[in-house]
Amino acid sequence: MIYRFLAILLLWAGVASAQDMEAPIQQVLQEHGEIIQKSSRRTIGPAIDTLAASGLDDAQAVLERWQAREMWFNKETGAFVFGEEGENRTLILSDVAGGDLGTAPKGDYKQLKPNSGIRGLIGAALVQFQLTAPDAATRAAALDAIERNPEASHLAALRAVTDEPDAELATRSARLERLLTIEFDEDDAARIAAIEGFEGDLGVDVRAALNPLVQTELSFVAAGEADAPLQIGGDITRDDAYALLVSAGEAEAVVTSGEIKEALIANIDGAEVQGIRVAALDTDDARASTYALLSEAGLARPQVTEADINATLAGFDFFRSYTNAPLDVALAAQAVLSGIETKVAVNQTFDLGLDALSLASIYFLAAIGLAITFGVMGVINMAHGEFIMMGAYTGYVVQLFITDYTVSILVAIPLAFAVTFSAGVAMERLVIRWLYHRPLETLLATFGISIALQQLAKNIFGTQARPLTAPGWLDGSLVINDIVSISYIRIAIFVLALLFLALFLFVMNRTRLGLEVRAVTQNPRMAASMGINPDRINMLTFGFGSGIAGIAGVAIGLYAKVTSEMGADYIVQSFMTVVVGGVGNIWGTLLGAGLVGSMQKGIEWLNPSNTLAAQTYMILFIILFIQFRPRGIIALKGRAAEA
Amino acid sequence: MSMLLEVDGVSVSFDGFKAINNLTFQIGEAEMRAVIGPNGAGKTTFMDIVTGKTRPDEGKVIWGEKSQNLLAMTEAQIAQAGIGRKFQRPTVFENQTVAENLMLALKNARGPFSVLRFKAAAQDREKVAELADQIGLLGALARKSGELSHGQKQWLEIGMLLAQDPQLLLVDEPAAGMTPDEREHTTEILVEAAKTRAVVVVEHDMEFVRRLNCRVTVLHEGSVLAEGSLDHVTSDERVIEVYLGR
Amino acid sequence: MADMALHGVRRPLIVRHPSLLIFLTCLALFTVAVTLLAEGVGMGVISTSFVKTLGKTLCLCLVALAMDLVWGYTGILSLGHMAFFGIGGYAIGMWLMYARTEIIVRDSLAQAPLPPTVTEISDGIANQIFGVVGASEFPAIWALAHSFPAQLAFVVLVPGLLALIFGWLAFRSRVTGVYLSILTQAMTLALSLYLFQNDSGLRGNNGLSGLQNLPGFDDVPQSSVSIAFFWASALALALGYLLCSFIVSGKFGSVLRAIRDDEARVRFLGYSVEAYKLIVFVITAMIAGVAGALYYPQAGIINPAEIAPIASIYLAVWVAIGGRGRLYGAVIGTAFVSLLSSWFTGGQAPDINLGFAVIQWVDWWTILLGLSFVAVTLFAPKGIGGLIDLIEERRSPDRHGADLGPDAGALREKEASK
Repeated sequence: MIYRFLAILLLWAGVASAQDMEAPIQQVLQEHGEIIQKSSRRTIGPAIDTLAASGLDDAQAVLERWQAREMWFNKETGAFVFGEEGENRTLILSDVAGGDLGTAPKGDYKQLKPNSGIRGLIGAALVQFQLTAPDAATRAAALDAIERNPEASHLAALRAVTDEPDAELATRSARLERLLTIEFDEDDAARIAAIEGFEGDLGVDVRAALNPLVQTELSFVAAGEADAPLQIGGDITRDDAYALLVSAGEAEAVVTSGEIKEALIANIDGAEVQGIRVAALDTDDARASTYALLSEAGLARPQVTEADINATLAGFDFFRSYTNAPLDVALAAQAVLSGIETKVAVNQTFDLGLDALSLASIYFLAAIGLAITFGVMGVINMAHGEFIMMGAYTGYVVQLFITDYTVSILVAIPLAFAVTFSAGVAMERLVIRWLYHRPLETLLATFGISIALQQLAKNIFGTQARPLTAPGWLDGSLVINDIVSISYIRIAIFVLALLFLALFLFVMNRTRLGLEVRAVTQNPRMAASMGINPDRINMLTFGFGSGIAGIAGVAIGLYAKVTSEMGADYIVQSFMTVVVGGVGNIWGTLLGAGLVGSMQKGIEWLNPSNTLAAQTYMILFIILFIQFRPRGIIALKGRAAEA
Repeated sequence: MSMLLEVDGVSVSFDGFKAINNLTFQIGEAEMRAVIGPNGAGKTTFMDIVTGKTRPDEGKVIWGEKSQNLLAMTEAQIAQAGIGRKFQRPTVFENQTVAENLMLALKNARGPFSVLRFKAAAQDREKVAELADQIGLLGALARKSGELSHGQKQWLEIGMLLAQDPQLLLVDEPAAGMTPDEREHTTEILVEAAKTRAVVVVEHDMEFVRRLNCRVTVLHEGSVLAEGSLDHVTSDERVIEVYLGR
Repeated sequence: MADMALHGVRRPLIVRHPSLLIFLTCLALFTVAVTLLAEGVGMGVISTSFVKTLGKTLCLCLVALAMDLVWGYTGILSLGHMAFFGIGGYAIGMWLMYARTEIIVRDSLAQAPLPPTVTEISDGIANQIFGVVGASEFPAIWALAHSFPAQLAFVVLVPGLLALIFGWLAFRSRVTGVYLSILTQAMTLALSLYLFQNDSGLRGNNGLSGLQNLPGFDDVPQSSVSIAFFWASALALALGYLLCSFIVSGKFGSVLRAIRDDEARVRFLGYSVEAYKLIVFVITAMIAGVAGALYYPQAGIINPAEIAPIASIYLAVWVAIGGRGRLYGAVIGTAFVSLLSSWFTGGQAPDINLGFAVIQWVDWWTILLGLSFVAVTLFAPKGIGGLIDLIEERRSPDRHGADLGPDAGALREKEASK
């Protein structure tokens, strides 16, 4: 025991000798030693300010460790040290100016325990150090921290930084300063200037800063005292106005039917209430009149009549006032906000247009194969959706073997084409060939195939959705501003749709196959007599259309989930696209996809909560559209159309 | 003689191609008229316009004593107003018997509800038998019309046309694919019909037209090139040019 | 011979259609046999649930009759008749659900110290019914749900009206063939998507349930209720068959078949093709509504999935397998396929062990159905009805492969009977 005491004493001696009481930081601390030790939110300000403004390298560490409750002071000398609690009620000490001080008994020191208010002040002071830290990442982190949780004290810190070397951070910092000015500055003129500086800014942060300023509250004064009282029934509802008075204790609440019921039940006497049979109380009128009897008898509070309400309301004027800002600040905020909102609406419309465009691309991709089989050949293929599904599953299977997503997609696209091309050729040879000029029978037979393929996929791959992962470089989105953005996958699908359009036009107009296809479409017998084999051409055309469906499947799989029912989700829309656009014309299909896509997005925008309703109304619209243009947007006329 | 059908300044174009170009055509009651012209002259389109199948871009088509505007009527209304049509290809209902085909065409109420309540009266059956006799199909009344020969189908269609009892018959190549005897018989039926009503026959076969012995209208590129007796039109320079080339 | 052909149109319906008599007799015998064998009233060989299955099958046969009339006879391949069927089910289901919930709510409110007011009862019912979709008020379409006659009328009026509006729009603009099929499919899809919404007022994807419990008949066991519904379904099927036979016989039927084979020609004969199509479309929609109203109380539950387009496609499959253009074909095909289907999917069919894999019919039945449907379309367009032609030794006319009319819906040579 005695040895141990001796040992501590020795240590203590050593420590005491090592502590540098002359260090500038220690001196600054000692200058405000009393108020630091007192640790009161009200008086601590100057101490922190001096520390922060001291320009000393150690000031940041001191503030940080003070905030973390790791600063202690010697009860005798008043020297400040950093201390961590060690074993056996000892402290592991280090000098505020740097340097190890060994350990000391805990009893010799007292911990500084800054309360949350002080810690906040210290934090704000610290921000200044972080903002001026040499490391750009630290400065960015400090800005992040302010953005997440802005406080009034940050404003000064931000203003203090005038020499930010990084241009991007400088912009951010300046913007933040203006936002904080709006929120915290006490000078209204500065606030208004900051507000007006954000004229037309689309940032979410600006709207978040401005919105609280324009919040209003409904209040009331005695009648005749308000300059421009609100019109009851017009500007505010009668119920709202009365409810306000009730909540302020200025009026009696209307007795609800629940209260009436409770009062009646409480006053049941045998089988009667106030002489009225309980059995007769099965209408609201009977209950109300019986309740009136109860209140006359003093057994319940009287009902508030409509006349009472009117009389009460007549005694007050209602008005709205800005609650979170002085009037001129609020008005400035209101003006800027409404300008921003207009601009937001414009941008939202643009964003909606982009959404519609990408949806249209998807419909176009899904429909282009159909445009070939249905539009060019006149063959209804209800299993078209299942070909899309086959393409998507091909992509999924490829990804099981090839783990590099970029390579696997590059492999999957031709493979999907090959798989669905073969499936299409097989189907044409086995089924459709025997049913030409029998569209209804074709429709039914391909339904059979569709049902079978769907179930087959279910048996092989199960019912849960399978992933088809896009390569990393397609992740993320192209952000134009806070409102307008489009994901790279959608851009890729859009580009793919354009490529397909080009491919289709090239094949149909510039190749021998296309020439023969057009010949067979227009006059099979004549084509046959010119040495074209119509059977072969039909087979290839059908295969081509099916193959494109397979590639579309890969693209759609990247964007949506791969399930056995994914084809069925697109088939009706695809047919709509082809029919609306006008059969037998690829430009019609393009227009049809554009119309169907923008229709659906437009309706979704009108009723954003409900995409099901959007689809419903879109289909209804198309049914009506076909009334006025039965042959689609681009219609063939004359005898050719009737053939 | 008042005109039964007046087609005035009618034009129609399909995707830029003028199938009918400022066509004017008139026919009176109880008149036989042959319409001839090379392929693409607009003969079938002309019939399509009169029967309401094709709507013209401009022009007027006026019908009957009440001067009804045919352009505002549907095909069914035009047919009910008294215009019957026989197609180039015989179109009879192949899966139904000859009797059913004739009964369908017989002039009776056409509304769905009266048809639902319809019971063939004695006079209807007599009329059907009489028509069948006239077209030589009395013995085939119970047969499916799909089993008939090509010529018999042509006759059945003419019989259906007569059963409709129209004031104007539009007949497209009635003699196509018929034996000489059958043509003879067809001519008789048409000539007989033209005694009580207007008949317009579109035909390629000059011999057949000669036997009809009637006024002839020559169509070319969608308008009337010449009109008159067969001898008159066949001596017309322009008609020769159009038919034979130069 | 000529006389026979002409007088054929005048003899009574039964004589003209001997199949009608045979059908009605078979149906009557079947009904009596099932009744005698049933659990509730007879020997107990047939379980109540199987009686319900048979009753439901009869309802499906009835809607198949409607489908045959509109497709087999008139050539309109409607993919919307199961939607009308579903609407009929919803219409009657609303009353069943309302009336039963009302009894429950009244019972529970009767325990309260005060007698309930009308609003309290109605709020209670609304809470019970719409609690699952987070609503507690009656949507406007439930305004007459308390009235049995009104909902009964809606069973035919709503499908009829919808068919009238849709048909008028579609036929007026001369949408035919596959376009019409796709349009009807779109209509069905729109309806089912609409019903899937929670705020459609019909409980979203929960649908209506508990329909097997007849309000006020809680004491009657399901075994008896099932027989009652079985009888009602059989009666409805018999009446439907009579009505359809009446429509397709005589001149009206002749016009319908003519429209199917060559509608342009019918127009030039002076018939308003659109009016005929519209009438057939509306009548068959109403028949489908009645069939649905009888089906769903036996099924016990209806939800929007029942209206999905695939259901209407199956309907076409049944009719095609039975043989379109003949009424008994629709009935036979439907009964055959739907019973076979419930046997296979019910897990009763034995698995087939191929050594390397086991074929479980629950998974593979749909594939078999799809492929056999393709086979029927390709090789046996007359369907099961073709067997009857074989028995009767009827031949098809030899048309060397030509169709019987230029229209897409026209019968093929292989389908026509002599």
